[in-house]
Amino acid sequence: MIQVKRQIILNESLGADIYRLSIQAPEIAAAAQAGQFIMVKAGMGFDPLLRRPFSIHQVEGDEIRILFKRLGKGTALLSKLNAGERLDILGPLGNAFTLKQPPCCLIGGGMGVAPLLFLAQTMLSRGITPHILLGARNKEELMAFLPAFQALGCPLQYATDDGSMGQRGFIIEALPPLLAKDNKVKWQVYSCGPYPMMRAVAAICHSKWPCQVSMETMMACGISACLGCTVTARNTNEKGGQYLHVCQDGPVFAADRIEWKS
Amino acid sequence: MNNKNNKNDKNDRMQDLRVDIGGGLQLKNPVMTASGTFGYGREFESFADLDNLGAIVVKGISLRPRPGNPPPRIVETACGMLNAIGLENVGLEAFIKDKLPYLKGHKCPLIVNVLGDSIEEYRHLAAGLDQEEGISALELNISCPNVKKGGVAFGSQPGLAEELTSTVRQATSLPLIVKLSPNVSDIGAMARAAEAGGANAVSLINTLIGMAIDIRLRRPVLANITGGLSGPAIKPVALRMVWQAADAVRIPVIGIGGISTWQDAMEFILAGASAIQVGTANFFNPASVDEIQAGIRRYMRENNIDQLQNLIGAAKGGK
Ligand SMILES: Cc1cc2nc3c(=O)[nH]c(=O)nc-3n(C[C@H](O)[C@H](O)[C@H](O)COP(=O)(O)OP(=O)(O)OC[C@H]3O[C@@H](n4cnc5c(N)ncnc54)[C@H](O)[C@@H]3O)c2cc1C
Ligand SMILES: Cc1cc2nc3c(=O)[nH]c(=O)nc-3n(C[C@H](O)[C@H](O)[C@H](O)COP(=O)(O)O)c2cc1C
Ligand code: FES
Repeated sequence: MIQVKRQIILNESLGADIYRLSIQAPEIAAAAQAGQFIMVKAGMGFDPLLRRPFSIHQVEGDEIRILFKRLGKGTALLSKLNAGERLDILGPLGNAFTLKQPPCCLIGGGMGVAPLLFLAQTMLSRGITPHILLGARNKEELMAFLPAFQALGCPLQYATDDGSMGQRGFIIEALPPLLAKDNKVKWQVYSCGPYPMMRAVAAICHSKWPCQVSMETMMACGISACLGCTVTARNTNEKGGQYLHVCQDGPVFAADRIEWKS
Repeated sequence: MNNKNNKNDKNDRMQDLRVDIGGGLQLKNPVMTASGTFGYGREFESFADLDNLGAIVVKGISLRPRPGNPPPRIVETACGMLNAIGLENVGLEAFIKDKLPYLKGHKCPLIVNVLGDSIEEYRHLAAGLDQEEGISALELNISCPNVKKGGVAFGSQPGLAEELTSTVRQATSLPLIVKLSPNVSDIGAMARAAEAGGANAVSLINTLIGMAIDIRLRRPVLANITGGLSGPAIKPVALRMVWQAADAVRIPVIGIGGISTWQDAMEFILAGASAIQVGTANFFNPASVDEIQAGIRRYMRENNIDQLQNLIGAAKGGK
């Protein structure tokens, strides 16, 4: 992991307050693995103070891309950046998804789809064609990221909460039928999205299909110094601790390691 | 290239950044890391030059490992952050076995921050660490609740702080720094209590107790309800307390609280701090310790100051 100030190549508004930011960062691009994230300093001053974590969405040559939604102070500043400006970033951070024997299913919702594009591309480069399930609030949000996934040419299903595009409802509903199609097949499930979605994915997969989830928490440092980024572990972990640190032990975890809260 | 380096070396030799922080401990420069914000050092090896630090202060160690508080543990606030980590740490035994060997391999002094919930626990920790090689000083975090006294913080009553300091003093010959809590009405009295108990220096401030509420969920953001405020937001309060503590005691004062730039560091030194610790700034700029040190050096060069020692408390005029 390194700290660098690098040039922005492109900051595209994709609709629904979603942006795709491309940064010239050869060192990070060369080292990045699907599932890892970067910490970005938004703005020069003390407000916002802390760096913001974003999954690596795509790696293209020397470029890394993040996909983000404008939510608060930090992302509002990032949305206003222009090509040519410099961005202070730390990365690549955290662990990565573990690639397993196919068939593989990737299920993501909202901004949780961000790391799944990089994951799908990594799988394709190893000869694995994943089955991709995507969920969004509505057509506008879905259209912000769907084209990048469609370009991969993998089997793809999608849903919107309001039914404005694709299946109406939660994409999670498409998971059990897919996994149950052939009982002899050992699906590997990879998920990132809103907490309730990952909790539901974990419940569906529990004790039947191996499942990896990418967790989100508040982070102050991203480099295991603050100990602020904890999630509760289901079973006491090897070190005897009750908590997992998302920036260090994660962000990717076996879904069964997490104590899911209702 | 070589020539340029030599020239820099020569320039560097002209500025003497050495400072004394009591108990015979001299630092090659005044920039240290604050406990709990620099891990056990290794976390920062790719961002900052550990050998070049005035000292490393590691995450607070207790006798037994502590799991810490349930999440959420942190939240950002205007120019600052609240934390309720709950003093999660690996415990004395694992610290000595797993963390100390790496830290010993560096040239900068190592200061071990300790915490406990009874005077006995602090005494055991000090005695245990006294046996180990490679430790330059102990820093007592006295902001912790005293379980035997109904959870009242050691650092909130001068009598209790003095008793704790003098007990630990007897258990170790290492230089002893007492880290003061700002959540008191008279910081000078707390500094004097530490001095009376035999401390070689006081460091301040620890975090200020605060809270944040999630208006959407209509409940406190932190699972612990309250947390410690740190970062640039607390700097003016910290600076005022360092000024007052420096007036109250003769032992060295170490300034902490919101220090993020070399200008901040200079303010604390001019207010009477013999050295400073960088905390929250390590999170948003992991290279800040190096940058602060370079800035102090530059300030001295530009102002023809040979010895940093001469600037300590200089803002106090004739005092
Ligand atoms: C490992 C990791 C990877 C992430 N990847 C992405 C990504 O690829 N794309 C993306 O859009 N977002 C991602 N996030 C979430 C992103 O970091 C937050 O949306 C961002 O920090 C919000 O910053 P802000 O200043 O705009 O919002 P703030 O003003 O800080 O807060 C606005 C709202 O966002 C919530 N929020 C703030 N920080 C986080 C956080 N770290 N996680 C979840 N919610 C938060 C706050 O509770 C608040 O409701 C990721 C988070 C983590 C931990
Ligand atoms: C996440 C976090 C963890 C901390 N842990 C400790 C600790 O273990 N022991 C201690 O004495 N102080 C601890 N502190 C307090 C800092 O060392 C420092 O006194 C305080 O944060 C003020 O300085 P700052 O504004 O530069 O961060 C912690 C602070 C933060 C933000
Ligand atoms: S974000 Fe600081 S320890 Fe994980």
